Amino acid sequence: MTKAELIDKISEKRPGLTRKQVEVVVNSVLDSIKDALAKEDKVEIRGFGSFRIRHRRAKEGRNPKTGETVSVPPKKVPFFKAGKEMREMVDGKL
Amino acid sequence: MTKADIISEVFDKVGLPKQDAEELVEMILDTIKLTLKEGETVKLSGFGNFVVRQKRSRKGRNPKTGQEIEITPRSVVSFRPSMIFKDHVIETDSATDGAVPAGQPAE
Repeated sequence: MTKAELIDKISEKRPGLTRKQVEVVVNSVLDSIKDALAKEDKVEIRGFGSFRIRHRRAKEGRNPKTGETVSVPPKKVPFFKAGKEMREMVDGKL
Repeated sequence: MTKADIISEVFDKVGLPKQDAEELVEMILDTIKLTLKEGETVKLSGFGNFVVRQKRSRKGRNPKTGQEIEITPRSVVSFRPSMIFKDHVIETDSATDGAVPAGQPAE
């Protein structure tokens, strides 16, 4: 399922709203999660899961083309952990 | 940040009644969940992909008792953030605390 399909599906269930309104809400939800993580805040959604930042240490890397050693700076990456309900649902337990 | 905070942000940004904002947020999360339950991938451009992966059975250990146990095969959700999401997290950081290392070439 793509974002467009998600928007279509919800629009069908809510005939009172335009597709555009649903689209704006979907983007707004995704943006608030992204912005929260950018501020190093974590996002916890009961039954769904939580998003937080994981820190990657600096490490020695290698340029695969030249074999040259380069230092890779420490990095922050978004990380998602599925909540209990989501885990059980996906694993066929709910 | 919790679901309630997401709903308020949506309500502030989008000119919809609070109840609509609330219902839509719930529908978005439920639709993603139900799609994953069917084993289908959810691709949200600019955000990331939620993918269901099959894990094989493996040996584990009860950390309290040290007893070895079998972890059954299972389906799990993994999230792969998009480049846009990854860059958003990194850029915002270097913009706020000037964390670009000295000597890094300016682009």
